[in-house]
Amino acid sequence: MSIEVNGKSLEVDEEGYLADLNQWEPEVATIMAREDGTELTDAHWEVINFLREYYEEYQIAPAVRVLTKAIGKKLGKDKGNSKYLYELFPYGPAKQACKYAGLPKPTGCV
Amino acid sequence: MADFDVPELNEYPIIPKLKEGVMAHSAPFIAAEKFQTPLGFPGQLPENWKEVAIDKMGELLGKYRSLQVFLDICVHCGACTDKCHYYLGTSDAKNMPVARQELLRKVYRRYFTFAGKYFPRLVGAVDLTEEVLDDWYSYFHQCSQCRRCSVFCPYGIDTAEISMAAREILDAVGKGQKYCNEIIGKVFVIGNNLGLPEPALRDTLEGLEEEVEEDTGVKVRFPLDEKGADILLITPSADFFAEPHVDGLIGYAKVFHEAGVSWTMSSKASEAANFGMFIGSYENMRRVSLRIREAALELGVKRIIFGECGHAWRVAYSFLNTLAGPFDFLDPNYPVPQHICEFTLDLIKQNKLRLNKEENDHMKLTFHDSCNVARGAGMGNVEGGQFTIPREVIKAACNYFYDMPQDTIHDATFCCGGGGGLLTDDLMELRVKGSQPRMEALKRVTEDHGVTNLAAICAICKSQFAKVLPYYGFTMDQIVSVHQLVSNAIVLKGSEQEAELDGTTD
Repeated sequence: MSIEVNGKSLEVDEEGYLADLNQWEPEVATIMAREDGTELTDAHWEVINFLREYYEEYQIAPAVRVLTKAIGKKLGKDKGNSKYLYELFPYGPAKQACKYAGLPKPTGCV
Repeated sequence: MADFDVPELNEYPIIPKLKEGVMAHSAPFIAAEKFQTPLGFPGQLPENWKEVAIDKMGELLGKYRSLQVFLDICVHCGACTDKCHYYLGTSDAKNMPVARQELLRKVYRRYFTFAGKYFPRLVGAVDLTEEVLDDWYSYFHQCSQCRRCSVFCPYGIDTAEISMAAREILDAVGKGQKYCNEIIGKVFVIGNNLGLPEPALRDTLEGLEEEVEEDTGVKVRFPLDEKGADILLITPSADFFAEPHVDGLIGYAKVFHEAGVSWTMSSKASEAANFGMFIGSYENMRRVSLRIREAALELGVKRIIFGECGHAWRVAYSFLNTLAGPFDFLDPNYPVPQHICEFTLDLIKQNKLRLNKEENDHMKLTFHDSCNVARGAGMGNVEGGQFTIPREVIKAACNYFYDMPQDTIHDATFCCGGGGGLLTDDLMELRVKGSQPRMEALKRVTEDHGVTNLAAICAICKSQFAKVLPYYGFTMDQIVSVHQLVSNAIVLKGSEQEAELDGTTD
């Protein structure tokens, strides 16, 4: 399976996650979101960019509390909670936002 | 919301009429070669797959006498038919436990019984074909190994063991399940199901220390890899990562803090779950278990306590000693292993925890007995402790508690719908439909007693409910951790909450 981004064909797994993290570019997120019927806003990008930064340092997506804390610090306490994140990413911040950010899907009992 | 019909919740449980093959399309993603090889399984169907499968079945029959007995003794009485949540939720005929088991039994009879070898048609024995194999793959991934049907079986046939055997045969011919096998691989390489490396774990725990200090004014520690600690806490990695799991973890830390004990978590054994059991692989289950032993020895702990994880507790309580024992290096004055609920209740009984129940007054609670705790283990040194201990902990922390209907709790509990290695997005239809009986029971207490929240002691149950509750008109935050309730109610010594209660604030 693959998706078309800027004339290139990028491989994705069965669930639509990018096979190679290094092939990610912002257009990937835009196209994946559009397939889900969502237009990405600055609010989405705040989360996606944080996920990518965190992944670069720790090789894993941030835990929900790490994410809500970071978003709360950046955008204000009223947004530092999972309710806000679910409004942005209704399929779950860990899974949907990770997918747009080109990160592997978090596995396990989550 | 869903591209399938969500079952209705009825006033009283209704046994659906049988429908043939309505869930035949349901099957999880198959594991790619890279997920099979590290577990010792072939990456794809070998040319002589039929021989391999039959040999594997023969090997399992020789190794586990119980399996042979279970395959031989079923008299098709039908007592199990309406006991399975997947049957009740999907109405697929092959989801009656007897019919699902028959998929394996009919092949067993063909190759391993006299009548089946010579008069297959007379005894309903069939050849193993690719079609049969596909049926196995589909329907043995529509069993969460919850063992509710076994409770009602007059012969005590352990259906879960049959599903495990089927999955083990499937793995042997390269038809493993992606979700389970990818995860087991991560446990071997990184130490937990999530693939959470040590630096990320440390960062996450430091964040939690800050959070608790902000909330209470008390520095509660979340120690990692601390040699010489008395207690090693083994907990599911979802406790580090997800909600409401993490609120349970905060609860354990507060309890340990208040008890004044020294404890640690381990980055090597940063996972309680043992998916080796779900795929029926003794070897993988053993390898996963051994990490706990190694961590306990390296850290020099005296006790092992398990956090809120259902099947981990079954493996720990029922099999840990044979898998990874002997644990003669631990302090014999304490149970090996001990459940966190047991530990907390002991402290409550000794009046060592101050709990302000009013902190939970915005909730009316019920408790979901997780299948592997309820039917696969005990707890404490009292009969039925696995039912009473978590409830006593909840009642000590909350003013309002109401049980769901009798035939849906204790050892008759319904699975959450996502157990046994089925908690994966590619099985969402099955998960939603399979949760119907539990949702119906929840609705009952919601209407009768105004119950607002469902507490559980299993990471899988918590994630599953967070996902499926909205399909039935509930909200995802209605599922809570048992130790989340303890965490809300606990009044730490020297905390802002203590000062407020005792009127010593400025």
